[in-house]
Amino acid sequence: MMQTSQTSEQSNLTTNPKAVMPIMQVQDIGLRFGGVHALSGVGFNVYPRTIQAIIGPNGAGKTSLLNCISGLYKPQKGQILFDGKYDLTKMKPHEVAKLGVARSFQNIELFRHMSVLDNLMLGRHIHMKSGVISGGIYWGAAQKEEIQHRDYVEHVIDLLEIQHIRKMPVGALAYGLQKRVELGRALAMAPKLLLLDEPMAGMNSEEKEDMARFVLDIAEEQQLTIVLIEHDMGVVMDISDRVAVLDFGKLIGDGTPDEVKRNQAVIDAYLGKEH
Amino acid sequence: MQSGVFHTNYAKDMQLRPTWVMRARLVLLIAFLVIFPFVASVYWLNLANQIMLFSITAVGLNLLIGFTGQISIGHAAFVALGAYTAALLSTRLNIPFPLDVPFAMIVAGLVGLIFGLPSARLKGLYLAIATLAAQEIVLWFLKHLDLFVPNVGESISLVPTWAHEQFLSTRARADFNYYWVILFFLSLVVIFSVNLVRSRVGRAFVAVRDQDIAAQVIGVDVNRTKLIAFMVSSMIAGLSGALIAHYRGIVNWERFTVDTSVAVLSMLIIGGLGRVSGSIYGAIFVTVLPALLTQFGLLFRDILPDVNRIIPYVQQGAFGLAIIFFLIKEPEGIAKMWKDVKDYFRLWPFSY
Repeated sequence: MMQTSQTSEQSNLTTNPKAVMPIMQVQDIGLRFGGVHALSGVGFNVYPRTIQAIIGPNGAGKTSLLNCISGLYKPQKGQILFDGKYDLTKMKPHEVAKLGVARSFQNIELFRHMSVLDNLMLGRHIHMKSGVISGGIYWGAAQKEEIQHRDYVEHVIDLLEIQHIRKMPVGALAYGLQKRVELGRALAMAPKLLLLDEPMAGMNSEEKEDMARFVLDIAEEQQLTIVLIEHDMGVVMDISDRVAVLDFGKLIGDGTPDEVKRNQAVIDAYLGKEH
Repeated sequence: MQSGVFHTNYAKDMQLRPTWVMRARLVLLIAFLVIFPFVASVYWLNLANQIMLFSITAVGLNLLIGFTGQISIGHAAFVALGAYTAALLSTRLNIPFPLDVPFAMIVAGLVGLIFGLPSARLKGLYLAIATLAAQEIVLWFLKHLDLFVPNVGESISLVPTWAHEQFLSTRARADFNYYWVILFFLSLVVIFSVNLVRSRVGRAFVAVRDQDIAAQVIGVDVNRTKLIAFMVSSMIAGLSGALIAHYRGIVNWERFTVDTSVAVLSMLIIGGLGRVSGSIYGAIFVTVLPALLTQFGLLFRDILPDVNRIIPYVQQGAFGLAIIFFLIKEPEGIAKMWKDVKDYFRLWPFSY
């Protein structure tokens, strides 16, 4: 099946997801903390070049699921297949990152004392090679590498419109800008899969619009697959191609935004059931 | 941030000293370092050598504590290992001076790597205690060296070695010659460290210090990075140890106790954690302060005949006060103060 234009492929995806090989398959994930079942039997597919939202009430296990994907939590059950062959649940976080999985955090986890530039350059870490000796000598290979990757980082800076703060220490920036820098750090990794944990939390509507615009631009420009956790239903329904709904650690809905909106279990979870 | 400084390519933007003022300061510093040994008395020359030896250790320890955030209070152990390795190699195997230095670094580096292993599981204070254990283990080993190496006493004398014959017998001559040797190695260590912290590995160090979870998620192998930091910093300590061995001409474990580890740690706190230059400011401060106090105290020799007995207490008290002062007033140390001074003059007459 050959598709030339991206839009037709994407619309095809949303109507007939089985036609394309998923980039990530979450299969029957079970995660316990002692007696608490954070996730049980969660499974869904993420398709290439789509925006997959994960929604659910507080404590539903959304962030836990993201942590399983990026290797920070080790689920007791199930597997997460990336690119059809790598089981992310068996890998360490830095190995997952090397496969091309980047993420941002709900509470900003930037390197506060470093400049914006250095934070973004750290995003290039997996693509750089220089070690202790070449780094210590610097002039020569390491400098060439620095310049080459600085060029890439500057591209990300242009994309996110943060030129004016490149040399500022991140800790001194406003909340909204920090969120943007964190997105930038993830983008600098040139990932295949981008996990965004509430990128719009705590923002005003203008900042939310900016962020939504960045996410859409990036998804299109870099041909990215995005997994997005977000509480703002307006944003979720607008920008995502597919939505997975978690409630008390269980998957209660998975489909296009319209399907999910009509799903009775989802409505019950959000609005409560009539007794 | 400079205003009015514009660069047209990334290489220029990433220079260490992008403006002419900065370069001029460096030239002045080099001129001072070159002229100093010709005009200084033996006393000050000796002090300068001590400062530079401490600086090497402190720069290395700063990579570990200031940049990577792994507290070690057993760093003198690695200096000791370097010193003993150099001493044994040159007295037993007749390996001449500069050639034993790499071996001293390798031994200290490998042992540092081993004692860095707990950092994979321990953080903060717990790690600090583990490194304290490392210090005691290494010292125990050195105290009982005769169990492993035949005919080794409490201390090893290196005096009749090639290096001392070359550098002549008088103390003044030795101080003068060693000034250049130590300065050479210190310069190498400083250039190496400054470059390291502005390239890939150095950024990973700071990432591990600031946010180890985020560091993992962007692809930094945190445990490996910590081990690299332990190893590099121990190797630099070993280098300093080898130089101390040859400079002093005698190696004794008493010079490398926890006291020394804590002294170097205090240099970092006073000078500025996480800044290469801070380690050197700290080494200067901690070494020069007692010397100045002694000189000052001796002025009162006529009124106070007992002054010689009082001075050590005053030195310790002043040292403690200095640490408290910096912890309260400027936790980022002398390096930050110096930066503030520079900023003031650059922005003058505006306040920001």
